[in-house]
Amino acid sequence: MLWVGLYAVLQRLAVWLTYGAAGLERGTRLASAVEFFVFEAPKVLLLLVLVVFGVGIVRSFFTPERTRRVLAGRSESVGNVLAALLGIVTPFCSCSAVPLFIGFVTAGVPLGVTFSFLVSAPMVNEVALVLLFGLFGWKVAAIYASTGVLIAVVSGWTIGRLRLERYVEDWVFTTRPAGAGVVEAPLDWATRIEAGWQAMSEIVSKVWPYVLAGIAVGAAIHGYVPENFMASIMGKSAWWSVPLAVVIGIPMYSNAAGIIPVVQALLGKGAALGTVLAFMMAVIGLSLPETIILRRVLKPTLIAVFVGVVGTGILIVGYLFNVLF
Amino acid sequence: MKIVVYGPGCARCHETERVVRHVVEQLGLSPEVQKVTDFRAMAEAGVVATPAVSIDGVLKIAGRIPKSDEVREWLTAS
Repeated sequence: MLWVGLYAVLQRLAVWLTYGAAGLERGTRLASAVEFFVFEAPKVLLLLVLVVFGVGIVRSFFTPERTRRVLAGRSESVGNVLAALLGIVTPFCSCSAVPLFIGFVTAGVPLGVTFSFLVSAPMVNEVALVLLFGLFGWKVAAIYASTGVLIAVVSGWTIGRLRLERYVEDWVFTTRPAGAGVVEAPLDWATRIEAGWQAMSEIVSKVWPYVLAGIAVGAAIHGYVPENFMASIMGKSAWWSVPLAVVIGIPMYSNAAGIIPVVQALLGKGAALGTVLAFMMAVIGLSLPETIILRRVLKPTLIAVFVGVVGTGILIVGYLFNVLF
Repeated sequence: MKIVVYGPGCARCHETERVVRHVVEQLGLSPEVQKVTDFRAMAEAGVVATPAVSIDGVLKIAGRIPKSDEVREWLTAS
């Protein structure tokens, strides 16, 4: 209730704070930047709280063990699609990537199917999805989710076809895991709601500085960068902007919540949708910390193929959207 | 009794170890508490998601931080 009330008065509150309380003059760059910040920051944070809570509850229905049981022994094509979809809802953090990889591969989940999961889990991010929905509407959110799944399916399938098992560290396949993992009793609703609450306080307390920093950058671009400035360097006519966005985005690591306000500001100033989408996917889908941790189980060749295949997928999506929209 | 906390060293894993040690101390028990950060050892124990906790070789939880009450239940049940 409190949430709905707060959300409803945000716009008016932002205008009042900017022009009434702070006494800024309408039409100036500073005022435009401040209004953007004062309106977007609480709005994005409110959306974030609601979504992360909801997703925390949904995730309590899925565990990596259950996902593994579903995927073990699947044929490749169906397995790739299932893995990409389950990657969205299964709880996953990058520090779990290695045990999860070993657990999947030793249980007979094909390598390519495992990669579909590993690509989609960080790339199709629930926080990003709902922030995109809140800021740009359902079309952009749907485009993001469906292309993310598509990239995960196709990249995983490609890696499977390349027969790269020999580039997995040898000890992985000789490991004989004991038991079927943890067997937990079905959770009751009180525990699920608490899981949602726990996820919310944990994630929100971790990402809010990124979100505010992201919105501050967004606000600065909104107020100070001239209209259509981005069109020349990130617009459709600049063919090299998509690969550049991907190459810059891969080593960058930001939480999805922090990158979206930047995306919003770039789009508002005439950057092309495909270019911006490619940039965002490269930042959140492929990250340096994750590749470093995966190095423990993958030989460098396979890491390179992984980054290359996924990067190419992102590139194609970027160009596709620049052509279509 | 032997308690093992599995985790590569992320914040959630440290928190799990802290909860476990805290409950052990509260109950006045003196089991062996071990922290495992090696991925191979984790895999051999059947751990798919971290943080994870096992007691006497039986996995009790994986993929989330246990609550103090849960840990207390495991320790007093056995």
